[in-house]
Amino acid sequence: MDISIVSLLATLIVAATPILLAATGELIVEKSGVLNLGVEGMMIIGAICGFIAAVNTDSPLIGFIVAALAGAALSLLFAVLTQYLLANQVASGLALTLFGLGLSALLGHGYSGIKPPSSPKMEWFGMAELPVVGPIFFNHDMMVYFSIFLVLVVWLFLKFTRGGLILRAVGENHEAAHALGYKVIRIRILAIMFGGSCAGMGGAYLSLVRVPQWTEGMTAGAGWIALAIVVFASWKPWRLILGAYLFGGVTILQLNLQANGFDMPVSYLSMAPYLVTIVVLVIMSADRRRASLNAPASLGKIFHASS
Amino acid sequence: MTLIEIRGLTKGYPGVVANDDVSFDIDKGEIHALLGENGAGKSTLVKMIYGLVRPDIGTMTLDGESFAPTEPRASRVKGVAMVFQHFSLFEALSVAENIALGMENPPKTNALSNQIRDVSLKYGLELDPNRLVGDLSVGERQRVEIIRCLLQDPKLLIMDEPTSVLTPQEVDALFTTLRRLRDEGTSILYISHKLEEIKILCNRATILRHGKVIGICIPKNETAKSMAEMMVGSKLKTPQKTVTNFGLPLLIIKNLSLKSTDPFGTSLKNITFNIRAGEVMGVAGVAGNGQDELMLALSGEVLTEVNSIQLENNFIGQSGPVERRLHGLLTAPEERLGHAAAPDMNLSENTLLSGFQRQKLGRRGFINKSGAAAFAEKIIEKFDVRTTSVSSAAKSLSGGNLQKFVMGREILQNPKVFIVNQPTWGVDAAAAAFIRQSLLELASGGAGVLVISQDLDELMEISDTFTVISEGRLSEPSPIKGVTTEKIGLLMGGSKKI
Repeated sequence: MDISIVSLLATLIVAATPILLAATGELIVEKSGVLNLGVEGMMIIGAICGFIAAVNTDSPLIGFIVAALAGAALSLLFAVLTQYLLANQVASGLALTLFGLGLSALLGHGYSGIKPPSSPKMEWFGMAELPVVGPIFFNHDMMVYFSIFLVLVVWLFLKFTRGGLILRAVGENHEAAHALGYKVIRIRILAIMFGGSCAGMGGAYLSLVRVPQWTEGMTAGAGWIALAIVVFASWKPWRLILGAYLFGGVTILQLNLQANGFDMPVSYLSMAPYLVTIVVLVIMSADRRRASLNAPASLGKIFHASS
Repeated sequence: MTLIEIRGLTKGYPGVVANDDVSFDIDKGEIHALLGENGAGKSTLVKMIYGLVRPDIGTMTLDGESFAPTEPRASRVKGVAMVFQHFSLFEALSVAENIALGMENPPKTNALSNQIRDVSLKYGLELDPNRLVGDLSVGERQRVEIIRCLLQDPKLLIMDEPTSVLTPQEVDALFTTLRRLRDEGTSILYISHKLEEIKILCNRATILRHGKVIGICIPKNETAKSMAEMMVGSKLKTPQKTVTNFGLPLLIIKNLSLKSTDPFGTSLKNITFNIRAGEVMGVAGVAGNGQDELMLALSGEVLTEVNSIQLENNFIGQSGPVERRLHGLLTAPEERLGHAAAPDMNLSENTLLSGFQRQKLGRRGFINKSGAAAFAEKIIEKFDVRTTSVSSAAKSLSGGNLQKFVMGREILQNPKVFIVNQPTWGVDAAAAAFIRQSLLELASGGAGVLVISQDLDELMEISDTFTVISEGRLSEPSPIKGVTTEKIGLLMGGSKKI
């Protein structure tokens, strides 16, 4: 076998970035007490919209911005359904995924096989030349660093700011937050839109950097893994990185093993990340006491301001 | 000196007028009681003062200035603070975070923690700012709410049913704090069902009935009965029990232990007691001391060691709720909507939930619809449930009416042993008296009744035998005669014997 640990780790980070972005967004959404299962749909809409914008403007940055806007726009649909029309969150989220997959196929018609403009690597004063550390940590495009920066920001926001405290309060007990005069619905809509834009950027990272080209259904379950990672991280921002890189690692290892002709049916390897997801979810939820302490208490419950 | 003048407040909802031309004043440094049955419009009125609901017509004047808050924030700025009946607290957040959420411009965490310590020392409300609210007792949680209000130097403090979940000692401590606040010039609007408390605490009382002000009285000069009759608008009867001797033990609980699966729950430890035929046993205790777990273990929702629960000659620790019902052990849990009754199902369907087997409301898996409807009709008639028909959804009934329905559904199935948790919680005086009377009649007919309640007055009124649950342990049952409120308070605090 010929697998270089250094290149494995470097590609692992690239593979993990889209799910890390989407998971960070979903963490905020769930912290506000909303369960949006439409991550996959928002990712793929971000993937195609970002791709179209980047190809037509020749700027990856504009691609990512458009992807974020497109993801937020799609999530707004979910927000209206669940927050104003009080629709069931699980069903609306699933519908959003199916809708996103269909719409993206339609939009992406005629964009298959095109190569997007390449995203430049960040310049870290030549540190990319360092042995081992260089290629792993200092030889990536800006979105990789942005995703980690975003986790830092989300952590700071949730832990130290008043806005973060209010967001957590809304997710914990929406009746009480309403009684104290906080605008539960407005806060949740903003959180949902943040989640949508993060998922959009995650999707665009797939089509602009990771693959990079457009193919129908290219998210291939990344959105579901992002959802799983939020639970895996037990709603703590830093653990998202661990989770995303762990899952990214399994994906990359699987590809490498395949490329090296490892004697094992391909299907087993492709299954691996999902199996690991299931195993991790079971382990996480085995201890009811701990899990129920971390989950936002109002998660997935419909809020109706009756009083 | 008048602090707040309320003039002609009217608020209507589709189909009902919650408040009809309500006018009264609260003076500076006065504890003013607001009395009324459930549905009399007390909640709507205080929500209007607190800015959660906007009146249709009417004006308020605070300190000589026009006062029309559009949201709670606006009234907090003007010096109106409120302690809610169902605490508006966040279990997974710390005390300091909870308090910060209720303030307009909270200081930095450290400064706030110091302020909390200062205020809690000053008013004797001991509290550690860094603890999670989920780990606190009910009394401590209320302190969090009160301190949250006090940190904003309120002119008017609204308290909605503050003592319903406290031990007698905690009530005394609360009253000391409230009197001290009054002496410092704070006005308090005090809502409570407990008329004895109002007599000793409040300067004046405004009485509401059907959304209208019926009168204003000086509680000191009234009796609890006279105030209750003003609220209800008719004479009240005290429940009476006809049979006073007990038969053989029906339900024998021996060394019942249960580990709670809820991270904030309480485990049951070696609970032992008997209920005899014709006996009403009362279990007092502060909420969260194992009442919910005891209820789950007795109803069969959680199974225990097989010999720990014996009903007549059967050991039923490992039997589920259906089997226990067939043996004659019936229960009514505390949560009416969602536990005792399915909110979106109609009354007829709700009878099936517990009456399917005992009342033979079905055969070979098919439902006997007319049988269920007839049983529901019978409950409605015998238990005076005010509703339009058996096809009304359970959630459309008021709390008192639904509770009467739930009680009726179980009692009309002729239980050998009936276990009920908080039978009159949030139920108005007339319905509560009716429910208590029917529990006593059930016991007089030879059944054993176990009442778990946080309302001490209720337990003193209806129990034959009395025990206290504290931290998952049950005190030794003793006859109700000779038990005093002070002794009960000590037991609730954790001492072992009366």
